[in-house]
Amino acid sequence: MPTQKTLAATGNSVVAEAMRQCAPDVMAAYPITPQTTIVEEFAAFVAKGRVHTEYVTVESEHSAMSACIGASAAGARVMTATSSQGLALMWEELHIASGMRLPIVMANANRALSAPINIHCDHSDIMGARDSGWITYFAETAQEAYDNTIMAVRVAEHPDVLLPVMSALDGFITTHSIDRVCVMDDESVAGFVGQYVPKNALLDTDAPVLHGAFAGLGGPYFEFKKQQRVAMENARAVIKAVGAEYSALSGRPFDVIETWGMEDAETAVVVLGSTAGNVRHVARDLRASGEKVGVVKIRVWRPFPYAELAAALKGLKAVAVLDRAESFGAEGAPLFLEVRSALYDLAGHVPVVGYVYGLGGSDVRLELMEQVFADLSDIAGGSAVPAGPIYLGAREEA
Amino acid sequence: MKWDISEMGSWTYKQFPPGAVIPEAGNSDDYITGGWRSERPWRNDDKCTQCLLCWIVCPDSSIHVANEKVTDFDLDHCKGCGICAQVCPVDAIDMVPEGCELPEVK
Repeated sequence: MPTQKTLAATGNSVVAEAMRQCAPDVMAAYPITPQTTIVEEFAAFVAKGRVHTEYVTVESEHSAMSACIGASAAGARVMTATSSQGLALMWEELHIASGMRLPIVMANANRALSAPINIHCDHSDIMGARDSGWITYFAETAQEAYDNTIMAVRVAEHPDVLLPVMSALDGFITTHSIDRVCVMDDESVAGFVGQYVPKNALLDTDAPVLHGAFAGLGGPYFEFKKQQRVAMENARAVIKAVGAEYSALSGRPFDVIETWGMEDAETAVVVLGSTAGNVRHVARDLRASGEKVGVVKIRVWRPFPYAELAAALKGLKAVAVLDRAESFGAEGAPLFLEVRSALYDLAGHVPVVGYVYGLGGSDVRLELMEQVFADLSDIAGGSAVPAGPIYLGAREEA
Repeated sequence: MKWDISEMGSWTYKQFPPGAVIPEAGNSDDYITGGWRSERPWRNDDKCTQCLLCWIVCPDSSIHVANEKVTDFDLDHCKGCGICAQVCPVDAIDMVPEGCELPEVK
């Protein structure tokens, strides 16, 4: 069993630590709030000789991901981190990384997108990368951010998967708050992630290959997209298997969704990221006063755990979905759309109400969570499902 | 071992190497790209001085040469860019629209 030490550390600090322990060959990164301290601390590890990584300082996130793609195609284990506008600037490379099936691991500090300029937490950035073909983990806590980052390496590099993986943690709330985190010893992490053996390394001159081929003009582009779909579906089992192995090693449970109180819940809230704690806090109080409420936290966003979610929410009287992002003009925000779709094939109808909350770091107060549970209680009691998305906590005229 | 791509047109997603990697060096020789061409080069052997400028500039190595003389064009790979016709100092190469009759040799 690994030796574990308990630290008081920020999410960013333990993500940097996890990356050091996974020993990437190359990191190409550009600083952006609130991600900066990840690559800053990692750069310090390189400077002190605590990790032997080729650290490439680049002039933008577009270049960062481009360098990561080149290094990964060359056969290196590659990691980086970004946030918000940086992730947006990487947009075209995100698709290239997944299309070229390069197992790059990237942390993202979830942050709002401009305009107006804002540096605080929401999920607009990561939802913009939703369809880029990256496997995506969401952390509630610094501990989960550490654990997700280590598991991400194994999942990305698995021969049945070979896809890039994002390890997302909420900007400032998780990246900068000091949390209690158990960190494993270096040897245990190194043993868990193993040595990366690239499949088609450009630098393997004994077996020359070409990356970045053209597949248009009637070529097999469509077939390669199907390969990506199959790889993403394969990832479901790999994520669980790697998670089970990691759980056994670390002693910390893992599943693609985490349920609280769902054994006999009549209503539930579905949530991503750090807000799960706020929801559980209120749910615990409501449970104490006899209300059968539950909470479902989604830990893996892509591939989306629709079957697990349907099983957890089946038969409920009402479900609320909390989205920290918008999809302007859609019937609801991204998580709402996914959850409602996941419930579509269930025999009984489960009413679903969608909320948008906390955009640009607007406060996620416990009263807001209480309001959500009160709405759920009304819907369970027969009230109509209000049209959404409901802007939770937005100022309204009296 | 040679990578056999002769049946590639009927491959499913399972046959293609992940990520569109081409796991063999130099196999563009086996991949017919001449179908992109809308004009084909035609060489007048009477005018040609065998200076080999076309052979030097051809970006697709599609000028066949034997015994230091141009013999013909590799129409499986020539994309009809016309650089050979442009550089020919004696106007011995014409670009002829595909689908048209070739000029008669005088």
